This record gives sequence, structure tokens and C-alpha cells, in this order.
Amino acid sequence: MSDIAKDDDGDWSLVIRPKRKWLDIDLREIYRYRDLIKLFVNRDFVTVYKQTILGPLWFIINPLFTTIIYSFVFGNLAAIPTDGIPQTLFYYGGTMLWSYFTSCLNSGADVFSGNAGLFSKVYFPRLTVPISKVFSNLISVAIQFGTLAVFYVYFAATGSPVRPTWWAFALPLIIAQLAALGTGFGMIISSLTTKYRDLRQLIGFGVSLWMYATPIVYPLSELTSRYPDYSWLMSLNPVAAPIEAFRAAFYGVGGPSPEMLISSIVMTAVFLFAGLLLFNRNERTFVDVV
Amino acid sequence: MSIAIRVEHLSKEYRLGVINHGMLYKDFQSWLARRLGRPDPHGQLGAAHFADQKDRFWALKDLSFEIEQGDRVGIIGRNGAGKSTLLKILSRITAPTEGIVRIKGRVASLLEVGTGFHGELTGRENIYLNGAILGMKKREIDRKIDEIIDFSEIEHHIDTPVKRYSSGMYVRLAFAVAAHLDSEILIADEVLAVGDAAFQKKALGKMNDLSKDFGRTVLFVSHNMNTISSLCSSGFVLDRGAMVFSGKSIDKVVSWYIKGGNRDAFESRAVWEDRDEYAGKKFSPKKLYLIDGTGEMVSEVARTEANLRLVMDIELREISQLLNFGIMLEAEEGDLIFWSFAKDADTSNVVLSEGINKWSVRVPCELLRPGQYKVTLLAGLHNQRWIIPPEPSSPSVVFGVCPGHGVSSFFDENRPGSIAPILEWRKER
Repeated sequence: MSDIAKDDDGDWSLVIRPKRKWLDIDLREIYRYRDLIKLFVNRDFVTVYKQTILGPLWFIINPLFTTIIYSFVFGNLAAIPTDGIPQTLFYYGGTMLWSYFTSCLNSGADVFSGNAGLFSKVYFPRLTVPISKVFSNLISVAIQFGTLAVFYVYFAATGSPVRPTWWAFALPLIIAQLAALGTGFGMIISSLTTKYRDLRQLIGFGVSLWMYATPIVYPLSELTSRYPDYSWLMSLNPVAAPIEAFRAAFYGVGGPSPEMLISSIVMTAVFLFAGLLLFNRNERTFVDVV
Repeated sequence: MSIAIRVEHLSKEYRLGVINHGMLYKDFQSWLARRLGRPDPHGQLGAAHFADQKDRFWALKDLSFEIEQGDRVGIIGRNGAGKSTLLKILSRITAPTEGIVRIKGRVASLLEVGTGFHGELTGRENIYLNGAILGMKKREIDRKIDEIIDFSEIEHHIDTPVKRYSSGMYVRLAFAVAAHLDSEILIADEVLAVGDAAFQKKALGKMNDLSKDFGRTVLFVSHNMNTISSLCSSGFVLDRGAMVFSGKSIDKVVSWYIKGGNRDAFESRAVWEDRDEYAGKKFSPKKLYLIDGTGEMVSEVARTEANLRLVMDIELREISQLLNFGIMLEAEEGDLIFWSFAKDADTSNVVLSEGINKWSVRVPCELLRPGQYKVTLLAGLHNQRWIIPPEPSSPSVVFGVCPGHGVSSFFDENRPGSIAPILEWRKER
């Protein structure tokens, strides 16, 4: 009987084998755990403002103060132009998108180390954790976007030359790309940091430098006009394109070149795929190496 | 009956010691040194000598078994025997190195209670979160939430953040969630050793209901033989990653384990019969055996509450007023527990007659630590000479003692003391 059963897994609801295929993601199972994703998102959101005075206001205090500092340091002291966009809108928008990218990256990178206790005691599809983080980070972006809209209306009404284009409807795509990029990159890091802890330090430091390689505190146009010979380097930074695309869509100025856009999308796909691949390799054995 | 779990040639290897240096630059230095043919700056001194020594070990090695639907299986073994590794593989927390496991039915595994509880969330919110982590859908939890809250006995605090709970409340809530999981297969580690005595009793009862009433398949690991034998119907013993004993009756398995735990254990012998050794002598024992309170013969293991008696058939040819006989009780470590003789108290009671005399004596196993014991017959003429001396070759029977069903979970088998008596406690006015 066992010979017959050997190759027939159909009767069994679960078969546990040593090795899996390189990419073996059970989307149906993740869908079955959708309530868990919702509850994780709820937990992340609720626990941020429990026992705080300002509660969810913290979601906008951070980018607001960053905007004030950037306006002073980069806008006034360094006098970097902002493509004619009011400084508040320019820095606030950039900070909002950049912090979404980095929070996806960080939560992706901390999936294993931050959940070691949970992962070593109970099984559930591990991908639910990074997925839930994408959504819980989305909540803060949504709140920040709401405040940005208020500023936007104010500046538009007071005669600033900011006009949205039809591309504004592509906002979900921009957000989705940042999420995919951040999470993909984060998952690559998370899989490497289960072995090499010092990589985590490097990433924390690297990400803060990365921001200056991205048109957050300066417009892309400024860079290309000052260093036309090196502007192709921007194509190597996949985060630059979605941020410039956001400015083009909402403020009507700037925008990535087509080659930048294409390379950014390709790199996003590669990072996400590599991240999933490594995550998949790691999720079943990382418990043994923590 | 159909098979619920089939495990074939399951092995799990762990690497011991330094897996890597935990630092990328150190690994890089080691790699560079190896490329350049220099000694590894991070290698251990003399590591080359031990290069082929085992830096890996098998937590499980070539383990195969089948569990039928509805079986309640206890997994016994010492620390490091592989019990937890097995449960981790079956619960998909870690992957096996070799082998394959096939499972039929939904698995709920309880390796810890309260996994994923968040201190800032209220009891109610945590029920949902913890339930979802354990694999329940929101609808299922909605349906059961009242039952869960009821079981946990913390209705009044259910909307308070759990960080304000006492540890007992925390554990009660956590167990309540876990106990309401619907699954065909339940895998549980020592999760019952939590809470106060009343709740432990309730938890044990719930585990019993879960496993018995709904025909659920249960795999249970515990160090408490009492819990194991009351919850499980069959079981197996793991030792160094391999199955060393398995049995359809949990009592047999527990008894084997109690014996097998000690390499110098007595040779098992529940009944002693004379093989012409003492035939024709003036004092000639014929047969020794043990019975419990109901008069049933005890084969291997007595529970502490068994009211155990040693029965002896002795043929006498000559009556001497000086004749006295008794028993000697020894533990397997060679410790002498006591001697006790028939004429210790009221000698007028000890009426001996020629021919076969059938005597019995109570063996106070409620005083004894769980383990193997040997009871030996002694006889002699008072202050003159031994007829049957206290020697290993004298007539004896061997029996095991395990804690009975009446023992609470407060009873710790490993407490110090050469005996572990269960005494009667009474409140005086």
C-alpha cells in the first residue's frame, strides 16, 4: 500500500518535504490567511498611537518637521531650486514617498529578526508579514497624502503654478512600485541578515545616504542641467523615477526620462523577484540559524 | 482506520558551533585567507585536527511511523531526544533535512500559548489576532468569541490591554483561544503547565474533551508522565533522535520509559516462582506476586494509588516460635528503602501452620518516587540465623511505580528525597 501511496500526494492535505522548488508561493494559502493580514495591519496601526498624546497625528508630524528643516537647509541656505514648485509641496511630497519606500524596506528587512519568537512557535504563511507591512505603511501615506492635499489646495488657490495632470490617476501605480521596490529590497536584506547581522548596520547607514542619491531634496532637472554627462547615473537608482513621476503628475513639472522609467521598472521587477526567491529559501530554515 | 500522519525516514540535522562568523567581513577574511593559502584568522586553533569530527548532529535520524486517525499519541523522551524537533517539523516551523511527512487534515499546533499576543491590544483584540495566527478565520472567531471569553474567566477585563493582566489571566486567555481551534489534528507541547491548579484541571479536562469526544488525532509531548498517561492512549519513546520503543498502550510505554531511563535497571520480573531451589526446605517459598486493590495481578507498573500488596505462598514443614519473615524494598539505584517483618507489631496475629500459607503485605507505593523497585522476601530464625538472607539471589519481584491519576500537576516527579510520599492533608479546626 505504501508503494502506491508514495507518488500520490493527492490524498494528503499536507506533504512536508526537505526541499522546495526555488519559487513556491502558495497564493491561495495567503488568501486564506487574509484575515490575519488585516489583523496585523490593525495591530500595527492601533499600537502606534496607544498611550500617546497626539495619537495618529504622529503620522504627519514627522514629514511636516522634515519639510520645515529641508526648506530651511536646502531651500534657503543651500538655495537649491525646486522647479518652481512651492518648497512645502516639493519637500513634503518627496519626504512622504521616500519614507514610504524606506518603511517598506525596513519592515521587509526586519521580517525574520523581528518575528523570530513568533516564527519559531507557530506556522502561518510568512509572506503575510511583509504584505501586511505594505498595507500598514500605506495607512500613514494615506494620512500624509491627505495633509498634502490641504497644502496643495492652499497653494493652488494662492496662485502657485502647480496643476495636476491626468497622470495623477497613476498614483496607485507609483505607490505600488515603491512598495514592491522597498519590500523586495528589504526581503533580500532580511534573508542576508539572518546570516550576517552587520549587514543590517550597513543598510541603516546606506539608506540615509541613498536619499541624497535620489531627487528628494533637489529636482532631477537641476542635476541633469548641472551634470549633463553624468545624468545617466540616475537610471541606476530605481527610486528616482517614481518620485519624479509623482512630481510630474501632481505639480506638472519635472518627470523621469523614458530610459529612467524603463530601467526603474525592470529593476523593481528584479528586486521583487530576487527578494521573493531568497525569502522563500529562508523562511523554512531560518528558525535553525537565529 | 485511515492514516492521519505518515512519517517516512525523517531526519533533521543541526550544525553545531560556529555556522559562520555572523559578520560578513570575518567570513570574507576567512575566505581570502583560504584562497591565499594562509591560516584562517578566525579558525579555531587546531581545527584541522577535528575537521572530520562531527560538528553536525542529527536531532532526528531516520524516523518513520504512522499515526491513525483518532489516535492520542504521547511522545516521551529526555531533553534533547528530538521531541520538540519532531513537533516543529510536523507544525511546519522548520523543514526536515531528509524524509517526508504526509498529513491528512487540518493541523493545529500549540507549541506555546499566547504566541503573538501584543501587550498594547485588549484581550478581545488579542483573541482575534492570536486566533488568526493559529489559522482561524475571523468568522470562526466571531462565532466562538463568547465561548472563548467564557472559558478564560476574564469577562470583566476583556477590553483591557493585556499588558495589565496578571500572568495567570494572560495564560488563561491564551489557552482559551488555543483550545477553541477546530482541527482534525492537534499537536501540543507542554502547554498545560500553566496557570493555577483549578485552571490546570480545567485545561486538562478541555484537552481530554478535545481529544476524546471529537475523535481528534492528538500528538502530545510532556515530561509529566501523569499527564501523558491520562491524555494519551498510545505512545512512543524517542532517544537521540530515534524511536526506541512504541506501544499501543500508553501504560506500557510509560513503564518502559521509567525503566529504560536507567541503564542499571532491574531485570523485569512481576512474578517469582520457585524452581526447586527451596523445595523440601522447612521454609519454602513457592510463589510471589503483586496485586492491586481490586485483587488483579499487577504486571509491570503500579500507580501510586493502587493499594499494592505483595502476595506470598509459603510452604512450611516445621513451625518454630523464632521464625520471622518479611520483605526488603530496594530502589533501582541500589538504595535500600526499608525492611519490614511480619512480627514487627502484634505477634499473636502471625499464626503459622504446616503446609501452604498464603500471606500478603501492603507495599506502600504511595510513598515511593516514580521508578523501578524490587521487593525481596526475607526469612530467618530470630537472632539465630537467616533462612532467606537479604541477597540479590533471594526470591523477589520487580515493579514500577508511576504517579497515579489522582496526582495533581503540582506533584513533581523530580523533587528531592529518597521517597516522595503522597500524604493525607487535613484542615484542623
